[in-house]
Amino acid sequence: MAVVTQSAMTAEPSVTSPKMTARDLNLFYGENQALFDVNLDIVERQVTALIGPSGCGKSTFLRCMNRMNDTIDGVTINGQVTLDNRDIYDKAIDVVQLRARIGMVFQKPNPFPKSIYDNVSYGPRIHGLVNSRDELDEIVMTSLERAGLLKEVKDRLQEPATGLSGGQQQRLCIARAVAVSPEVILMDEPCSALDPIATAKVEELIDELRSNYTIVIVTHSMQQAARVSQRTAFFHLGKVVEVGETDQIFTNPKDERTKGYITGRFG
Amino acid sequence: MSLTFLLLAIAALCALSFYFGRQRAIALSGGRYSNLHSLPAHYGTYTAMWCGLPAILLLLVWHMFQGTIIQGMIISDLPPEILNDSGKLSLALNSIFLLAADNGEHLSVSPEVIDAGKRLASLQIIANVALVVVMISVALVGLAFSYRKISRDMRARNNVERISRYVMIACSGIAILSTVGIVFSLLFEALHFFTKINPLDFLFGLEWSPQTAIRADQVASEGAFGAIPLFVGTLLITLIAMCVAVPVGLFSAIYMGEYASPKFRAFAKPALEILAGVPTVVYGFFAALTVAPFLRDNGAVLGLDVSSESALAAGLVMGVMIIPFVSSLSDDVMSQVPQSLRDGSYGLGATKSETIRNVIFPAALPGIVGAVLLAVSRAIGETMIVVMAAGLAANMTVNPLQAVTTVTVQIVTLLVGDQEFDSAKTLSAFALGLALFLITLGLNVFALKFVQKYREKYD
Ligand SMILES: Nc1ncnc2c1ncn2[C@@H]1O[C@H](COP(=O)(O)OP(=O)(O)O)[C@@H](O)[C@H]1O
Ligand SMILES: [Mg+2]
Repeated sequence: MAVVTQSAMTAEPSVTSPKMTARDLNLFYGENQALFDVNLDIVERQVTALIGPSGCGKSTFLRCMNRMNDTIDGVTINGQVTLDNRDIYDKAIDVVQLRARIGMVFQKPNPFPKSIYDNVSYGPRIHGLVNSRDELDEIVMTSLERAGLLKEVKDRLQEPATGLSGGQQQRLCIARAVAVSPEVILMDEPCSALDPIATAKVEELIDELRSNYTIVIVTHSMQQAARVSQRTAFFHLGKVVEVGETDQIFTNPKDERTKGYITGRFG
Repeated sequence: MSLTFLLLAIAALCALSFYFGRQRAIALSGGRYSNLHSLPAHYGTYTAMWCGLPAILLLLVWHMFQGTIIQGMIISDLPPEILNDSGKLSLALNSIFLLAADNGEHLSVSPEVIDAGKRLASLQIIANVALVVVMISVALVGLAFSYRKISRDMRARNNVERISRYVMIACSGIAILSTVGIVFSLLFEALHFFTKINPLDFLFGLEWSPQTAIRADQVASEGAFGAIPLFVGTLLITLIAMCVAVPVGLFSAIYMGEYASPKFRAFAKPALEILAGVPTVVYGFFAALTVAPFLRDNGAVLGLDVSSESALAAGLVMGVMIIPFVSSLSDDVMSQVPQSLRDGSYGLGATKSETIRNVIFPAALPGIVGAVLLAVSRAIGETMIVVMAAGLAANMTVNPLQAVTTVTVQIVTLLVGDQEFDSAKTLSAFALGLALFLITLGLNVFALKFVQKYREKYD
């Protein structure tokens, strides 16, 4: 029922078997409502971009999807978010396991002040994913490889991660997320602190990761959304105004507000 | 009395100058403050500084020299038979000062001395009056000078900045100089001690019994000045204290910083910090009257022989005293660990305790080590609790159930009471003080290094 209303509202072709969904999601920071009846489907093994002006609730929504808002005092959430058709806000869900399935990469690279190796092995260790040092080495190597960082760091795995450049740090954070073999990776403006070359590398990486992971990326750059995503959702004032195929959103937006934002008339 | 009055008068003059300076600037501005280089208050402050600071400076210099100059004048008038005998001279000077202060009626002294006393009294009065006159004039001159200098283009703001910088430099100079002074006074007395006692005996000797013969005819032991038992005692008590303070302080810091609700924290943090405000004498009572008997009685039940003054009692209570040091310093460093690191860890599915253990704690570790080292140097320097609870016996033992003594306690006992100031016994206090100072200085430097290293991490 909810799916039908949402499709009618945003007039997009209904998505069959989405990886994640949000239904009538409302979020309050204390008294202030930051999200209003958000309905959104995330398609498996695709990149979904969330765009919209600052303060419209993109990060807030993203943080709902792996329950990172649980760590903030005074947040109330109602509505439903599902992963493989299970409500992630259900009492029976263990947040720790949930976050192992839904990884997150943040706006500012935030490597731990540990060695490169320890950064990547952090997740597998706490989740007990490995039984031996060899297995751990293996995971660290493949994760770094997947994040396109292995070549640059393989001789300095024991050096502190804080010594890497910003772009390398961000790819390390992606490797760190990948190391726990998540199904979904959430990225909150992962390139906003990076220079154009590092940005290009990360974008390339996102495109490769798509074959194994479902990715949701918040971005303030329209070009980036157009380059890396297959689907785009436009947020405005805490609401999803329009969602659909990226090509369609950028070439033929249905909503005036989307059109205005994309053509740069506001935002 | 007259000094208080003088300072009040100067303060009043400063206030007046501020008002005048400001008024003049306002008048010059023609109603628009933007015509002036600086704000009117800057001009006011400028005049006030010119009025007050030279006068205060003069006061300081005056007080430094007044005594010597007047004394010189008095001495030069004394008859030669007194002048040429230093013993008589100091006696006479003593009497003269007593007479001048109206305390000398009972003295039977020569008429010259009585005259000198009167002269001294009148000289002092003259000097005081002169001081008042000169200071007020200096203040007025300063006021007039700066008042006349005020103009639209005068850079009062920059001048005020510069003068306040000098004042601050002077203040920090005082702080640094007094530290240097303290170190040197320690150093000289300690060197004096080492001319009597071999430094090696002091540093490595295993026996401490500083009782030496006070008079030549007394039969007394030579006195042994081996400081090792004292340092062992100090270390023992410090160790016990840290065993209490580090875990309790650290865990309470973690609880306060990471788990407690803001409401609970608002109540509990100040409550914990009250511990730091309790006078150490009170801790001493607590240790001697409550903890020590408790330990002794319970030790007896367990068949242990706990002496009624024990290192354990002093160490435990000292540990409690140091808890707020450890907890508030480590709370500070842990709360400086950026939220983004916590988010990174939570985002990977780590629980709160995993995040604290694996991310926050290691990141804050250098700072925590610094906090602990500062606490250690505090524990080493603590005296009162140990005097009251650990005893005075310089036992060479690491058994916490026995009485031990510490460096600070020995310093106190060496210096209380009537002592000759050049006996090895009293001088040894300075050597101990110097050793203690060097140790805590080293610890503090080390601790600060650690904290600094930590600072670099997130910038
Ligand atoms: N921790 C918070 N506490 C209170 N209000 C918040 C918090 N985080 C975000 N907000 C508010 O929620 C709204 C959405 O913020 P956010 O999701 O960060 O926007 P975006 O990422 O789209 O720029 C903003 O109005 C912001 O002020
Ligand atoms: Mg954001």
